[in-house]
Amino acid sequence: MPTGSEASSGLVLEHVTHYFGGLKAVDDLCLEIQPGELFGLIGPNGAGKTTVFNLITGVYTPTAGTIRLGARTLNGEASGRVCRAGVARTFQTSRLFRSMTVFDNVRTALHPGAHPPLLDSVLRTAASGRAEARISAQATALLGEFDLQAVAGRPAGELPYGEQRRLEIARALATAPRVLLLDEPAAGLNHSESAALMELIQWIRERYRLTILLIEHDMRVVMGVCERIAVLDYGRLISTGAPAEIRRDPKVIEAYLGEEIPPGS
Amino acid sequence: MEVGKKLLLLLAAGTVLWMLGVSLPRGVNPYVLQIAILCGINIILAVGLNLINGFAGQFSIGHAGFMAVGAYVSAAFTFYMGRSWVAAHSGSGVPDAWLAAGCLFVGLLLGGIAAALAGLVVGLPSLRLRGDYLAIVTLGFGEIIRVILLNVEAVGAARGFADIPAWSNLTWILFWVAITIAVCWNLVHSTHGRAFISVREDEVAAEALGIDTTRYKVIAFVIGAFFAGVAGGLFAHYLAYLHTNSFTFVKSIEIVIMVVLGGMGSITGSVVAAIVLTILPEALRPVKDYRMVIYSLLLIGLMLVRPQGLFGTRELTLSGLRRLWRPRRAPGALG
Repeated sequence: MPTGSEASSGLVLEHVTHYFGGLKAVDDLCLEIQPGELFGLIGPNGAGKTTVFNLITGVYTPTAGTIRLGARTLNGEASGRVCRAGVARTFQTSRLFRSMTVFDNVRTALHPGAHPPLLDSVLRTAASGRAEARISAQATALLGEFDLQAVAGRPAGELPYGEQRRLEIARALATAPRVLLLDEPAAGLNHSESAALMELIQWIRERYRLTILLIEHDMRVVMGVCERIAVLDYGRLISTGAPAEIRRDPKVIEAYLGEEIPPGS
Repeated sequence: MEVGKKLLLLLAAGTVLWMLGVSLPRGVNPYVLQIAILCGINIILAVGLNLINGFAGQFSIGHAGFMAVGAYVSAAFTFYMGRSWVAAHSGSGVPDAWLAAGCLFVGLLLGGIAAALAGLVVGLPSLRLRGDYLAIVTLGFGEIIRVILLNVEAVGAARGFADIPAWSNLTWILFWVAITIAVCWNLVHSTHGRAFISVREDEVAAEALGIDTTRYKVIAFVIGAFFAGVAGGLFAHYLAYLHTNSFTFVKSIEIVIMVVLGGMGSITGSVVAAIVLTILPEALRPVKDYRMVIYSLLLIGLMLVRPQGLFGTRELTLSGLRRLWRPRRAPGALG
């Protein structure tokens, strides 16, 4: 039975506004994303979607408004602290550690949660050995779940594009988040790859019991996996609702979709 | 069992180092010995700087400044306090050489700590500055230190700091080379090392994964500076004389070249490059006037052929060497 306190344990944005100089990139945005929800954020280019991600993850501090995860206020926190509070993200353009191996990319993400004291590592104590073994075991398990164990030893920059995207999601999950922000995960993927991605996103949510916030231009993916969708235009929220409602909303059609998408596409 | 084995290994390594340090100076002429000692000091400097420049990716060109801090602090300690302490305790049954060794050890640690504090101060701007801007700050720091020391009367000012106890020797230097390599090697091959490299590779992504990039940048500066300070102390107590001219911008660049040439992010690369670049100018002495011209041409040539440095980010390991030496069997030859 949802109560008031439970409802607020999700990710909440209250009257969030952000200016870049004189440009209002995000305008009085209010969103409430329930725990465990798969939420889509769509809108035309330049609507402020990625800015919203950057505001949530502490890359920018909002000019006004508050961002909360449960009872914790996130705005004004550095992105490292936001991550440790339980918000992980991927980036629109891949930001893997390209010269590091696939395995080490994931191990790096496990570091903040499991590292031994620096001096232990310098002296190679038994405790540091155990911590390293734990990190490696977790990384191996995660790579197994994402079907990346075969390429574990290769530099991340050498992977095919689809695997790079998968690795980025695996690396974000290594930080043990409660909320996962995916910034255009289907960009550049072909038809069958994006179909596999849809399955993967749903599987991740079930497997890790996460709240997922998704920015995506591929309407098939957004409409297919999201339970609710918010539409931004010029930094303002113009509509929120289930995919079926969004599809029919004349404001959304005018600003973004262009024409009504026939159901079942 | 495991601990006992480790101790035994350490003890064996220590004995070998000590024997090397004692026996080598007897066999070879002083000129060769001096080059060996400078090699050791440069290895400590280059490996420490590689932690900052190569692994954490923060471009510092003020390493000679940290070296100067360590050199002057440790020399001031042994000159003003250490020597009288050794004299006071002389004849108490403990050999003078041991007293001096203890004093030198404390002096080197003090020099290292002073340099590490300087590293902390210089590391702080690196939180806000990147690339060439940071490089200029570290360059400025190195020059400021030098100019300050040039004006401190207690350490000889412009005349130079003379009459420092000459307690440093090859054994001490080999010992600190081993410590420096062991500490840096263990560090970069641990989970902390991956955190350093993630800062170098993509700071925004590292931060988004919850890595405390601020902390790791400062740690790199502090550890790199500590070893530069120790190297400075060893240098001071070997020459028994210091002048700020030894710690100019040119010295900083020399260390940067060692790191770049060896490979940013390769500890063994720094070791090899430090040795090569210390010996090379000496080996080129027969060509007289053309010495530095040939030296520069060799550097330019190497950078053209291997822009990633001799080793890139790879390490020279025993197992890697063994693989290289073992004759390769063609895959078809087995059938």
